[in-house]
Amino acid sequence: MERGKRQKQRKVLLMGRSGAGKSSMRSIVFSHHNAKDVRRLGATVDVEHSNIRFMGNLMLNLWDCGGQDSFVESYLTNQRSHVFTHVAVLIFVFDVSSRDAASDMLSFASTIRALHEFSPNSKIFVLIHKMDLVPADQKTAVFQEKSDGIRATCEEEEFLPEQVGFWATSIWDQSLYRAWTQVIYFLVPNAGTIENMLRKLADLLDASELILYERTTCLVVTHISRGRGKKNPFTDRFERLTSILKTHKHSMARHTGTMVSEVSFTELLVKSGKFMFFITRLTENTNLAVVMPNDEGAFNAARVNVSLAKGEFAYLDIIEKKGKEAQRTARESIAPEEDTRGSEDGELSSQGLNSDR
Amino acid sequence: MHTLFGENILSPAADQVPLPDPFELAFNLYPSASSDTPSKSSPPQNDWLTQLQKQAPTDGATSFSHGTQQGPPPRRKGNPRLLFMGLRRCGKSSVQKVVFQKLPPADTLYLEATNKIEKASMQSFMNFESAEIPTQLPVLSPEYEHATVFTNIGAVIWIIDSQDEYLTSISELLRVAVFLAENYPRANLEVFIHKTDGLSEEYKYDTFREVRQRVQDELSDFGYGDRAVSYYQTSIFDHSIFEAMSKVIMKLLPQLPAMETLLTKLCSTCRIQKAYLFDTVSKIYIATDTSPTFLKDYEVCSDYVDVIVDIKQLYGWLDAPKDAPKDGSQPQNEDPELESEGTQPKIEGVQPKSEASPSKSGSSQPKSAPDTNMLGESMVTFDKGGDNYMYAREISNSLSLICLMGQGSGPDKRKLIEYNVDILHDALLQVFKV
Repeated sequence: MERGKRQKQRKVLLMGRSGAGKSSMRSIVFSHHNAKDVRRLGATVDVEHSNIRFMGNLMLNLWDCGGQDSFVESYLTNQRSHVFTHVAVLIFVFDVSSRDAASDMLSFASTIRALHEFSPNSKIFVLIHKMDLVPADQKTAVFQEKSDGIRATCEEEEFLPEQVGFWATSIWDQSLYRAWTQVIYFLVPNAGTIENMLRKLADLLDASELILYERTTCLVVTHISRGRGKKNPFTDRFERLTSILKTHKHSMARHTGTMVSEVSFTELLVKSGKFMFFITRLTENTNLAVVMPNDEGAFNAARVNVSLAKGEFAYLDIIEKKGKEAQRTARESIAPEEDTRGSEDGELSSQGLNSDR
Repeated sequence: MHTLFGENILSPAADQVPLPDPFELAFNLYPSASSDTPSKSSPPQNDWLTQLQKQAPTDGATSFSHGTQQGPPPRRKGNPRLLFMGLRRCGKSSVQKVVFQKLPPADTLYLEATNKIEKASMQSFMNFESAEIPTQLPVLSPEYEHATVFTNIGAVIWIIDSQDEYLTSISELLRVAVFLAENYPRANLEVFIHKTDGLSEEYKYDTFREVRQRVQDELSDFGYGDRAVSYYQTSIFDHSIFEAMSKVIMKLLPQLPAMETLLTKLCSTCRIQKAYLFDTVSKIYIATDTSPTFLKDYEVCSDYVDVIVDIKQLYGWLDAPKDAPKDGSQPQNEDPELESEGTQPKIEGVQPKSEASPSKSGSSQPKSAPDTNMLGESMVTFDKGGDNYMYAREISNSLSLICLMGQGSGPDKRKLIEYNVDILHDALLQVFKV
């Protein structure tokens, strides 16, 4: 019961015109379907609610709202307050291939007007979807054009520019994951604390890169790059990693005959002449990927250190569950160990706790 | 050699790797009789067909292409040469492009009909060369210079479209089979029962059985009943085409028994369930151990190779400021990825996202960082006990050993397994040096 109280429920609305691709995205990211399988999805009737546990105690309350005009009408009229209150994030999907851009924009405007009425502090993620249908040379131009138009509409409806983010996506490549990663990053309550702990771990291990990702959806929660890792020319490597891991999961599921959501490996190692890489479990819901430079001794030490550090990170997943007293004791137990690293620890962890909403 | 065009018209050969490749097959037993190197200017191997067609067949080529088994014993060189034949629209170009040129299977819809001999080749561990004969070319008729097409062929692959009516295909196949048995008895005949992706299990099996039965009967009627013909069910939309190609190519390799024995030995000592020697670029395996092969195992190993290659591509970029020329050349591989972030590569499908560059950039970099002679190695563990896992080891630039480990090969035995694999690596080097 306490756990239920302590769970962070975040309401996320997924809206857009009918056929824009909302349910497809949801099924690919959260239900492990293939991009090819989503052709079978029919139109969503009214709202489909899914509660997705994410990172331990973050409960994503995802409202996949049917995009047909009659449903949108009902959201904006009779269900207005029910739908639009307490919204943390609105994800609005624009179909780039739609012929009726003007009415898309109108629908968007009325939606965010309703949103502003009931949840003015929510964040809006605008996904310009189906970008694979745009020829490669026109992609940036089209994206720019669309996002400028939408940005103007948002300003009219009194949303601050920092509340709105724009992403070009397509289910056929990894850009989909990039957008959703940002959504998740925004929603995870203690992202700051996690990052600080990861940074310390990275310094200890002397790793080029640390990537923390959620196990079932393979979405990257956060990452730390240091030293050589920062110069990596692949700026989109995190979403690529997501798609690589997802494909791997699918193939494992086919091989062992189990469900994709239940498949997991305990460790994955790749060593080559230029780097060493391993992925291992970190907490109940997350895995950690570590990229090390080419040194066998450091690599094996890193593996041992990460398994020793697991206990520390377990606190992150449950720290909000136990209530204020537990938070204090947890802070105290972490703080003495990190005393030597400076007194900013106390402030940093309290900063993380204060950022809980 | 005189051609109508200058030599620079011919596409240049791929840049040679600076290190001498120990796997270079030095199999030039009969250079004089070889028709592949007709002139000292040694044109690139891709164009062997163009070369032969332009020349009048006056070289020693014809000396043992016609007639029966006289002349020197099978001079199977290490480069498998394949010929695709079949009726119209049965899928020859698709198979060639999907296997050798990494075309995503969905894009084969846009291929046009072929009206001249199409060649494809892949420079990787082995130089695969294949050619496709369009249906309307009357290769079997006596006035056609079939020597130019059929010389030095390792295998002829006849593709039957199982979703179409296949009886005409079978009769054509028999004509080709008889022709080959008479003129080129050393060429293997393989039959792909293709486009099996949409069919039900029973239908697939029935078609398979029927085709096999008919061909066998008719061949024995003609008196060639002892000719070995192999049948495979394939489809470009899953891994079956790669498995079939692997088996076809395995038959053309003279080193196969040696590799098989080595792998079987390794499997028995290290409790490995299945081991494959993969050609990393094409994902065709060139050897496996003698336990029964299932498509499932091949699929998971092939996907695993994808994962490794992709991860290596993401993190295997080189960062050595002291080595200016090398540094200049390496990031070129990744630059196209950088600029074209807009053109996102496919994540679906079974092919790795990029061409040969990742495996090359992965391992041997002779100059820059200290320990780069170390060849890549990878492992994925499925369960806590550490028993069920997959192990991969790079043997050379484009050859990898992938093993599916079984019970009893847990973490405490890992060092021993690595030692054994090292020994296998050295043994393979020796096999190919010879």
